[in-house]
Amino acid sequence: MSVLVFIEQRDGAIRSVSREALGEATRLAAHVGGPVVGVCAASADPGLASLGESGAERVLLATHANFARADSAGYTAAVCAAVAQVGPRILLFPASALGKDLAPRVAARLGVGLASDCTALAVENGRLIATRPVYAGKAIQRVAFTGTPAAVTLRPKVFAPVSKPGASAAVESLAFDYDASANRARVTDVVASSGGKLDLTESEVIVSGGRGLKGPENFALVEQLAAALGATVGASRAVVDAGWRPHSDQVGQTGKTVSPKLYVAVGISGAVQHLAGMSSSRCIVAINKDPEAPIFKVADYGIVGDLFEVVPALTEAVKHLNSQN
Amino acid sequence: MKQVADTDTRVKVAADGRSLDPAGVTWILNPYDEFAVEQALLVRDAAGGEVVALSLGGAGVPATLRNVLAMGADRAIHLKVDSFADPLAVATAIAAETRGLNADLIWFGKQAVDDDAAQVGPMVAEMLKLPCATVVAKFELKDRVATVEREIEGGREVIEVTLPAVLTADKGLNTPRFASLKGIMAAKKKTIEEKPAALGSPGLEVVSLALPAARGAGRVVGQGAAAVPELIRVLRQEAGVI
Repeated sequence: MSVLVFIEQRDGAIRSVSREALGEATRLAAHVGGPVVGVCAASADPGLASLGESGAERVLLATHANFARADSAGYTAAVCAAVAQVGPRILLFPASALGKDLAPRVAARLGVGLASDCTALAVENGRLIATRPVYAGKAIQRVAFTGTPAAVTLRPKVFAPVSKPGASAAVESLAFDYDASANRARVTDVVASSGGKLDLTESEVIVSGGRGLKGPENFALVEQLAAALGATVGASRAVVDAGWRPHSDQVGQTGKTVSPKLYVAVGISGAVQHLAGMSSSRCIVAINKDPEAPIFKVADYGIVGDLFEVVPALTEAVKHLNSQN
Repeated sequence: MKQVADTDTRVKVAADGRSLDPAGVTWILNPYDEFAVEQALLVRDAAGGEVVALSLGGAGVPATLRNVLAMGADRAIHLKVDSFADPLAVATAIAAETRGLNADLIWFGKQAVDDDAAQVGPMVAEMLKLPCATVVAKFELKDRVATVEREIEGGREVIEVTLPAVLTADKGLNTPRFASLKGIMAAKKKTIEEKPAALGSPGLEVVSLALPAARGAGRVVGQGAAAVPELIRVLRQEAGVI
């Protein structure tokens, strides 16, 4: 038995979610047996041998000129070829934009169940049990699999990578059957967001603003605090629906579910649907003038007060701290 | 499209320990499906044709389908199930039904806000061997090629998709219309075809559903800007996050 991991790369760089998945694969292999094998689709080797340090014993590389950009149809063919060759018991993908697009296609072609966006995996009585938040985190579902391989996407920033210094993965070329000329969905362009902003789901620190900011221009306060903390800016649904911020900033049930190390909620009362998207953060700080706001029920630390005074003071304090380090 | 519990719902677990207790739940059309419906209506209004609303679910589904008919869909199909079905089983049933419709565009919401699986759309695409783009936030159709944009980490992908195709809708794609009084009246005369869902074999079984562990009670470190030094101290010394 083995554990197969889809290795995500973009523009020739291996994405960190791949190392997180290899970390979990390494832990699972101790229960279900190894080896840990990777499968990567790329236009050229993105340095896969280095994945030995992250737990991969070998990595199958499917190369195609079209794979310079994401190609879910071609990647599906590559992953299914790897499954046929390796015969894994468990198949892991990152629950990234690409992984969420790719994994259902692979599962459908293989005719197996897929557990999406999982936050924990365990082997119990020989069965793989996947734990996944549902209702945007308001409840936790545990599922088992009826067939093999058990396909899973792993929520980013939840699973720890492993470190095997000096280890090297064997990189092998993977044969797969893909007629690119028949592909009728092609990525023609990738537009980077302005300022190279990190995606919320990949951020270690998030500062989110809500209606308490009173107007879109006051998001500058949130942006300044975020800059001092090295954080990404998020927003509540209320301010996204009001058009103050783009939907890509929204945290909550109809936005993004995030699990950063530190989440700072500024002027956010904490509607159920917002709490659903951020309550798995490691440390939550709330700044709100209403001591009864629901956000204080999930916050580790709170300051009750006028955000227009508290946030600038906090920004200055963080800057001062940064200057000392 | 899928009928789901309203996003304001406070989840309670049913006696079986595996599902949502439906008592007191308000049922709505999945929010992402509203964007899918709206885009289908916009395409029909511009290019002609027919919008068929398809939903798989239990006894409450016709009420949701009636709302979609009131928004302007031409007819509806209710694939009936009476118990849990996993995404693979659902996708099999929807693929079987849509195969016969010969649709040019098959729209889904990017995910349902109950089980958050985000699987059925791309699974149906795979089963029907159709091209697919997921999480679509921008859509333009020219001749038989749709140019769509989707958000990825740190940017957007632009994808050209040749019809017939499967697309899943993200928030921001459009502004869904409300049903007009005229639409509501017209919907009463439209048909909802009911048939049992031809579910496939499930790939998953639910072991349990539970509420998340409550977060330990936090504390208010102080009032106003004067509390900032204490906040900095606890974030460094207790939480170790800055």
